[in-house]
Amino acid sequence: MPAAVVVFCESDEKGIRSASLPALTAGAELAKQVGGDVVAVVIGAGVSAAAPDAARYAARVLAYDGAALAGPLAETWAPQLADAVKRAGATALLGTATSTGKDLLPRAAALLGAGMASDITAVLAANRFKRPAYAGNAIEEVTIAGPVIVASVRQTAFPAATPGAGGAIETVAVAAVDALGAELVGLHATQSARPDLGEAKVVVSGGRGMREGANFKVLEELTDLLGGALGASRAACDAGMVPNDLQVGQTGKVVAPQLYIAVAISGAIQHLAGMKGSKVIVAINKDPEAPIFQVADYGLVDTWEKTIPPLVAAVKKLKAGG
Amino acid sequence: MKILVTCKRVPNPEHKLKIGGGKLDLAAASWQLNTFDEYAVETALRLTEKGKGGERSGEVVAVSIGPKEVGQQLRGVLAMGADRAILVGGDDAALDALATARVLAAVVAKETPDLVVLGKQTVDGDSNQVGQILAGLLGWPQATFLASIKLAADGKNATVTREVDAGVEEKRVRLPAVVTVDLRIIGKKAVRNEALAGPDAEWEETQRYASLKGIMAAKKKEIKDVTLAELGVDAKPAMTVTSYEAPPVRKAGAKVASVDELVAKLHNEAKVI
Repeated sequence: MPAAVVVFCESDEKGIRSASLPALTAGAELAKQVGGDVVAVVIGAGVSAAAPDAARYAARVLAYDGAALAGPLAETWAPQLADAVKRAGATALLGTATSTGKDLLPRAAALLGAGMASDITAVLAANRFKRPAYAGNAIEEVTIAGPVIVASVRQTAFPAATPGAGGAIETVAVAAVDALGAELVGLHATQSARPDLGEAKVVVSGGRGMREGANFKVLEELTDLLGGALGASRAACDAGMVPNDLQVGQTGKVVAPQLYIAVAISGAIQHLAGMKGSKVIVAINKDPEAPIFQVADYGLVDTWEKTIPPLVAAVKKLKAGG
Repeated sequence: MKILVTCKRVPNPEHKLKIGGGKLDLAAASWQLNTFDEYAVETALRLTEKGKGGERSGEVVAVSIGPKEVGQQLRGVLAMGADRAILVGGDDAALDALATARVLAAVVAKETPDLVVLGKQTVDGDSNQVGQILAGLLGWPQATFLASIKLAADGKNATVTREVDAGVEEKRVRLPAVVTVDLRIIGKKAVRNEALAGPDAEWEETQRYASLKGIMAAKKKEIKDVTLAELGVDAKPAMTVTSYEAPPVRKAGAKVASVDELVAKLHNEAKVI
């Protein structure tokens, strides 16, 4: 059997999640290095939509299906990933570094006894990668030894895979899995019509200077006008102004939109780690010495109170064609 | 309730890194406890506190891997209130997450805790792996990126909320288990052991700092030195860092004078709106 690269694809009832497409791209690059194929893996209770969708991006799909696999539980899903690696005779397991990927992939690595690199940003060879560390202040080149390697893929570092393949689907019926006494009680999903932070073309983020959660309303207006996603600095999340799932930074989400607007954010190292890959950065801050201005393409020194309402008005006018 | 909490020293994240010739020079680094590990210690301590008469019950054992200098960070954790500490001698910089987890698994085998609490990631390696690997090696359930944890009164399981991309997930795990904590865990009512603390129990919304009394008490507490040979662990890393480079520098752009100028530039020059 030729070498293969297993790529874990997250999915819902419609198909695979777009967050997994960059991992498929990284997987294809790695497959070229090892001289093998990409094998996509989908897992769940009912994967009839996900499996054919994944087949558009891979030479082969392993679809783990069973009532016991409802919900992404690391205890029940990680063994399926380990099984997929063995079944495919793979030398590598990849997945996007989403919260599910971060939870699952290291556990799968443990079951495989494999070394793992987190958040890879480049594939250099079959077992060599680049990855950021120290809040993005160092780029490491890493080598992983062993017959099998595992890596999580930074979503913003690889383009989304394009469909083209017509892979064979192999369904693996999973009857029972020991959940080790773990159980998913529920998900309190953030209801939002906005695009995902990781994929939005525009991100508007607020910082500690917004002072309280209610003040984010005006940022939401700007966000929606630009069709973007709302973000926040760790300081704003720490202070409880907004939910932590909005956090952009080293310990939150990494974004790289076309346009990033940082409002009342000083620009701590840990925040810069999550957004300095953006194409165009705008900083609005009343402190002219704020470090955020050192990475901003356009800086405006003023308070959010004085700038955001007129900015909303100006963008509205622009959108109206005048 | 016996809780093992992991502690790693990291170079001060506010200091500029010295990178040159493919190497990272940490010789002059000033070291401190990883912030998420401070949160882990705070979580572990809260799980042993606020019994009916205000008493503590249970034991918090801190463990670290590194050279003898790490004793300084462990002493600080003892001053926060941990009961004792274990320092596994080793080259912390050379270990990858897999090797680290193998060492911790050996410590767990000796200490048999009910719960292992870790920070969700260290802010130097940024890997976010050790807790999950440890749980996998032990065959224990895991709960990562915790925003809150409630231990059942019978000590048999924990109900947690986790910070995930889609929102907040609620999960229940049987003990013994491995958990990793995110920043919300230091909220006033984020942590509670139902065997001890009532529903109204709350803590200050921060990780605690060592009091003078705590510092004095810490001097009498034990830091046990353990070698890798004693643990019988092969700590050979699978992943090694072969070189470091500084990230590309992003140049600062220009300041604009007004909102109108900003909009005009974004529209005409950057063409992003």
